[in-house]
Amino acid sequence: MQERVKGPQFDIVGTRPVRPDGADKVTGRAKYGADHRVAGQLVGKVLRSPYAHARIRSIDVSAAAKLPGVKAIVTREDFKDQPSEFVPAGEMLVNYRDVVRNVMAHEKVLFEGHPVAAVAATSESIARAALKLIKVDYEVLPHVIDVVEAMKPDAPVVDETIFTAGVTPPPTKPSNVAKRVEFVLGDIEKGFKEADLVIEREFNTQPVHQGYIEPHACIATVSEDGTAELWTTTQGHWVARAHCARLLGWDITKLRVTSSEIGGGFGGKTVVYLEPVALALSAKTHRPVKMVMSREEVFKASGPTSGANVWVKMGVKKDGTITAGEAVLKYQAGCFQGSPVQPGCMCAFAPYDLANVKVVGFDVLSNRPKVAAYRAPGGPISEYAVESVVDEIAEKLGMCPIELRLKNAAKEGTKAAYGPKFGPIGMVECLEAAKSSPHWNGPLGKNQGRGIAAGFWFNIGGETTVNLQLNEDGTVTLMAGTPDIGGLRASLAMMAAEELKIPYEKVRPIIGDTATLGYNFVTGGSRSTFSSGLATVEAARSIIKQACGRAAKLWEIPEDAVTWEDGEIRPAGDNAGKFKAMKLADIAKVAGKTGGALVGVGAISAQGAAPSFGVHIADTEVDPDTGKLTVTRYTVIQDAGIAIHPSYVEGQFQGGAAQGIGWALNEEYIYDDKGRLQNAGFLDYRIPVASDLPMIETIIVEVPNPRHPYGVRGIGETAIVPPMAAVNASARRATGVRMFELPLSPPKVLKAMKGKSA
Amino acid sequence: MKHHVTTMVNGDEVEFLCSTEQTLLDCLRDELDLTGAKEGCGSGDCGACSVLVDGRLVCSCLVLGVEVSGKKIETIEGMAKGDELHPLQRKFLEHAALQCGICTPGVLVAAKSLLEKNPDPTETEVRYWLAGNLCRCTGYDKIIRAVMDAAAEMRGA
Repeated sequence: MQERVKGPQFDIVGTRPVRPDGADKVTGRAKYGADHRVAGQLVGKVLRSPYAHARIRSIDVSAAAKLPGVKAIVTREDFKDQPSEFVPAGEMLVNYRDVVRNVMAHEKVLFEGHPVAAVAATSESIARAALKLIKVDYEVLPHVIDVVEAMKPDAPVVDETIFTAGVTPPPTKPSNVAKRVEFVLGDIEKGFKEADLVIEREFNTQPVHQGYIEPHACIATVSEDGTAELWTTTQGHWVARAHCARLLGWDITKLRVTSSEIGGGFGGKTVVYLEPVALALSAKTHRPVKMVMSREEVFKASGPTSGANVWVKMGVKKDGTITAGEAVLKYQAGCFQGSPVQPGCMCAFAPYDLANVKVVGFDVLSNRPKVAAYRAPGGPISEYAVESVVDEIAEKLGMCPIELRLKNAAKEGTKAAYGPKFGPIGMVECLEAAKSSPHWNGPLGKNQGRGIAAGFWFNIGGETTVNLQLNEDGTVTLMAGTPDIGGLRASLAMMAAEELKIPYEKVRPIIGDTATLGYNFVTGGSRSTFSSGLATVEAARSIIKQACGRAAKLWEIPEDAVTWEDGEIRPAGDNAGKFKAMKLADIAKVAGKTGGALVGVGAISAQGAAPSFGVHIADTEVDPDTGKLTVTRYTVIQDAGIAIHPSYVEGQFQGGAAQGIGWALNEEYIYDDKGRLQNAGFLDYRIPVASDLPMIETIIVEVPNPRHPYGVRGIGETAIVPPMAAVNASARRATGVRMFELPLSPPKVLKAMKGKSA
Repeated sequence: MKHHVTTMVNGDEVEFLCSTEQTLLDCLRDELDLTGAKEGCGSGDCGACSVLVDGRLVCSCLVLGVEVSGKKIETIEGMAKGDELHPLQRKFLEHAALQCGICTPGVLVAAKSLLEKNPDPTETEVRYWLAGNLCRCTGYDKIIRAVMDAAAEMRGA
């Protein structure tokens, strides 16, 4: 399974066919989360906390329950407590004590927007009226929003059960610091002693939301016999099933989950919010309950990723050799533990081959929504800070920032600070491609600057099942279970067609539900093309093996006297030429007479995922009167392993860059002094629009992953890692000042520029 | 109280009952089962609900159902003709100008309206026209190329 497919060229892999789900998506036919409707459905609505931090003294639903049209109400009473322990859910560790409280507040509300109760009614207006009739008696508590404030000894404690893990001696008092983690390689003190130049900087970033255009939505139907159907927009319906069944105390088999078409996720749809609530409401009425979040609810009560405070210190010799890298990362977790600070620590110096590294991370609670995964969770924050210092080193040494990075670049055999030795990786190839790119060597205009930054992401494998059916006419139906967010069905159909030597159009890929296919972990970790691709290849090879067996039976020769060559089943050895070669379609026609349907199953826990490195070049122009920065040219260079469908690889590169540019320039959560979010809408939380961006140039570097038959690495996440530092470095040259805070919004930039001239 | 509204949608006369506060978007989706227009924000900031009312591009979440009585509505569902996708739809597929696809109906309706007014737009004109249609997946690059390419084909260039 892990050999590289031989041959100089593939027939289908690497081409750009139209995606199989395309026509439905350009005609409005494709059904997303909110597009489904079930006869007799009720409307479910959530009552949310108006406070950032408060104890719930009591909840009185009696008046709401009496309102005609109200069919069910749920509160904390309907979501029993769960033990505080980290249990595996796929590749994640989940603490259901926190999950249940995030779905429905228990003792306290911990952020503005925290669910307190939910109603199912015959219409939306009745549901809304019912919410107003629910009386919640709150004892408002002091709150804390800022991560540095939250770490102070006298800060309001968000969760009294949190005692900092990873410190000795263990603390005797609860605090907002859930965890301290540390990664050490070599001897940091020795490294700094060897340095000719040491730079130490502190950075601050704000939380940013995944910003998927489709709000969370689902429909739940629970039957009188306890079986249940759930339609939901999710990145992983097996994981959603596990969470819901656990919270409701049901057998997993009772719940069948179908993933709708998904209107973006970026990590934010790997968790459950509405689903357990809709199921609980339906369980009380045995009527379908549909729930859809408003955009305001999405901003206030789902996602985002952490804001952070990051301190970086790096030492370097005059020749550009980096002798030591040290960082302290303080990441906001939101109101429950579990920020991505650990991957943030692991990523921080990963692009470099360093002898001496120390990274310490803190997972910090505050009265914000619990963070959810966002594209390379944790990586963009720490790498922004480190890459910004690398850029400053290059400037201080008078070295080209690409040459500095080349001198220190991680390569095959480099021991990463977080543990493993890298296999074949493309960091050097990306830097070389950047150096010779038209962009790097192109002109700059007035008030413009150019910056460059590198990025790294691990990529993962994990549990995956794919089912292939050889149909009677020789066509193939492919069922995968990792939701297709951006072209997966095309990539899987291409790999199946390549293996089976049939035209791409003869493969129909669909996404199965949880009752029709074995377990699949989420679409996340840049794993779906890698893992479902591996499972597809395994399933296809199983079909081929079965087909060879059928031919052997027909020819009455041993199975090992049959070979698969050039898309044909041929008699081999002594029997070569004695029988007419058969195609899969010939076998399909006689399947019934030779043993029944040919079904190939790839049920694997995918191993061998390989990291992807990228390098981005940004040009920005500053308006000296307003401080507004505009990206005028942008290039993404990234190692894809092998691009199965290059258009969708480019699309991931471009989309990641655009999200990163938004993170760098515009996006941030803004709170008032009461801990209420002030910009819970797309007008004030401004993601990049078409007129904000230039064309985004791409260079696909291909250093194949030896552990995937088509060399796939996984590419979705790395693309969001370099933009913040690349834009920051370009802004430095455009404005003449170096800045240490995101976003680089006009008032901040203008203030920094004025400070320089004053 | 419900209002009885008669209107033309994609060339067909339709009628529906709606309450006073019901938006055109909700009427299309909930009363007429035309779910191609999406609600991304409900505040006119994302453009996922774009439709044409008497040829004018609007966010259907900002129009009331009762306002469209006697008017002509065009939605994504009416864009393809028979077996033929509209050139914009075809170019979006060829250029891989969609990833998740949730913004695509709104972008296509808006782009069609642009090309009806301006068959030969510059890149900047396309970018500003589509500035009201948020896409979080693509970074807009392939969308802009698809629109420019479709425009060229429609001009016979």
